[in-house]
Amino acid sequence: MDFSYSEEQALLRDMAGKLTSDRYGFEARRAILASPQGFSRALWAEMAQLGLTALNVPEDCGGVGAGPVETALVMQAFGRALVVEPFAASAVLSSALLSLAPQGAARAALLPALAAGTSIIAPALYERRGRFDLDHVETHAARRGAQVILSGGKSGVPGGGIADGFLVSARLGGAPDAASIALLHVPREAKGLTILATRALDNTSVATLVLDAVALDLDAALVAPNALPVIEQATGIAIAALCAEALGVMRAAIDLTTDYLRTRKQFGQPLGKFQVLQHACADMFVAAEEVQSASLLASARCMHADLRERRRAIAAAKVTVNKAARFIGQSAVQLHGGIAMTQDAAISHYFRRLTAIENTLGDTDHHLAAFVALG
Amino acid sequence: MQLDYTPQQDSFRAEVQAFLKAALPARISRKVLNGLHLAKADIVDWQAILHARGWGAAGWPKQHGGPGFSAVDEFIFEEECALAGAPRQLPFGLKMVAPVIMAFGTKEQCARFLPRIASGEDWWCQGYSEPGSGSDLASLRCKAERDGGHYIVNGQKTWTTLGQHADWIFCLVRTDPAAKPQAGISFLLIDMKTPGISVKPIILMDGAHEVNEVFFDNVRVPVENRVGEENKGWTYAKFLLGHERVNIAGVGVSKRELAQVKALARTETRRGRPLLDDPLFAARVAEAEIALMMLEVTNLRVIAGTEHGTSPGPAASVMKLRGTEIHQAISQLAVEAIGPASLPYDDRARHDGAPVNEADPAALSPIAGHYMNLRKVSIYGGSNQIQKNIISQSVLGL
Repeated sequence: MDFSYSEEQALLRDMAGKLTSDRYGFEARRAILASPQGFSRALWAEMAQLGLTALNVPEDCGGVGAGPVETALVMQAFGRALVVEPFAASAVLSSALLSLAPQGAARAALLPALAAGTSIIAPALYERRGRFDLDHVETHAARRGAQVILSGGKSGVPGGGIADGFLVSARLGGAPDAASIALLHVPREAKGLTILATRALDNTSVATLVLDAVALDLDAALVAPNALPVIEQATGIAIAALCAEALGVMRAAIDLTTDYLRTRKQFGQPLGKFQVLQHACADMFVAAEEVQSASLLASARCMHADLRERRRAIAAAKVTVNKAARFIGQSAVQLHGGIAMTQDAAISHYFRRLTAIENTLGDTDHHLAAFVALG
Repeated sequence: MQLDYTPQQDSFRAEVQAFLKAALPARISRKVLNGLHLAKADIVDWQAILHARGWGAAGWPKQHGGPGFSAVDEFIFEEECALAGAPRQLPFGLKMVAPVIMAFGTKEQCARFLPRIASGEDWWCQGYSEPGSGSDLASLRCKAERDGGHYIVNGQKTWTTLGQHADWIFCLVRTDPAAKPQAGISFLLIDMKTPGISVKPIILMDGAHEVNEVFFDNVRVPVENRVGEENKGWTYAKFLLGHERVNIAGVGVSKRELAQVKALARTETRRGRPLLDDPLFAARVAEAEIALMMLEVTNLRVIAGTEHGTSPGPAASVMKLRGTEIHQAISQLAVEAIGPASLPYDDRARHDGAPVNEADPAALSPIAGHYMNLRKVSIYGGSNQIQKNIISQSVLGL
């Protein structure tokens, strides 16, 4: 048992922290949000240059082959700064999906580009009627000669407005069993693909995909047949990263709130002198401590060989993070008072991100039910 | 970053398990596992068994007769003891007064008191709270006036846990009424057999005699029974509060009681199905279980970085808060699990040898009794509101 970080890990953490403190202040972020794509290509290039986009790519595909702990350190810094670039979507989840997939043409072609940051790939794993169930897949893929024809729709695709391609889960062959779920790569320019992109409530890019008889070369497009185990494990890795990001968001939200309470005076004294507000802050702090434990647990267990152990840890961590995200976000707004309702107040952006996190990669009921089902 | 125990820690755990299997008397663990009241002899006997193995004072350094466990080993030891249904060792001597004597006492005091604490020969209780001094402990009024080689102690202490069995009491007393409240307090060790001490039971809402009032009427205490300097007692009291809180979260006990709730909910039924299959009940159990998983990780990350014997600081407040909330939530789930069967209540059913059988309507009294009794945990040891004061002031700077 050892909760300390290695020298390399500490360097990585400091590097990610420096990148965001240098380049991602409130005004810089606001400028990024105001840009047409709501995304900084320059910052993405810088992340790539620092090797961050290569973290979750295996070494034999041009990556660093780092683990969930390293990813968590970066995500925590990104959370603190409310980074809107689709790092978690592309450099964590898509990288994990491809890394865990069997050797093949799509994997070999895409991973080096992900590592280099030259390509952004968005995971398209959810459907409108499936809530957070990864095995709810209505999109179907039919073989036609050497081609595969994809039809259906995907929703809540993170980074969908800017991605160069998508990893789409679809029923290959059409049987309703879990084994028929395949993962395919669909390039952005594919004919028959409509991308309905918008901003999410946290200002990140999100899209709905409509696939209307999208015809692709099967060998080139197929990432994995029988892909549900890969999708499930990669999602666990992404949840661990999201928990770490949430911790960064929450710590920053608590700092903003306590700073505000020390400064803002009412009734002739700083608000922070009122015990009712002190205790509310203490409750937020305790919740964040639990999230730190959740993040550690998820990072330590998301690659665990024992499936039950892995799933329990991931579900438990996400339940903890979701509850704390709601509690800390709502408390931070309440304690700031009216000013928190404005777009000019940083805390409102933290609230928006925390609300989005609660509804990303499984809400509380989804993971609570998963936890119960594991007995 | 590595969350798993080391192979050495795993083998230590196995060693503790084997010891408990061989040495923990079933007559004692049966009471613990069924929520029955323990007799004085149960606690004294178990302490003697642990002492014979060299584990009587698991948290103590070697130089004072402890096994010299690391903080993690101590956590493992206490967790396994709790899971096996061992009685909780009395903290008053082992974890409260002993560290103060070690840190601030004389060599003579160490030699005189520590061995008898480790062996369980002396039963200690705590004389802190007074009727007028609860959370505001520094306002205490029990006074000690010098008379040659003695202090004359007059006043009252209250909430004295298991003081009815005690041989000794450690007391905070006012030695300088003119000084600021914190500056006029001394730390005295008082023999409970001294003339002028009387103990009066307080019966708790569950019917148990667990706490007492202790009255001091011109009680003569030799000056050599003062720990440290006169009027510096508050410093020692604060040291004590911050010390040895490795197991303050009570993860082991909560794990055992949660497993018992789940077992109970498999036999209790709703509409012919196990209660544990009821989605509403199952969700509440899952929430408690998840909270407990996080508490365990929090506890481990606090102690893994803690040199033995050092204070975990404000992290102890987090663990006290969540530990007590979760422990209470689990006891509440146990009551919910039995539902209407929690109503018939007879405290006598919590005494060993009471004629309890399935047909006795009060057979499940220990469950409701435990629920009622555990309301104390968020009140004692610095109420949970005091813990929030500590966090907001010492961590958040408010």
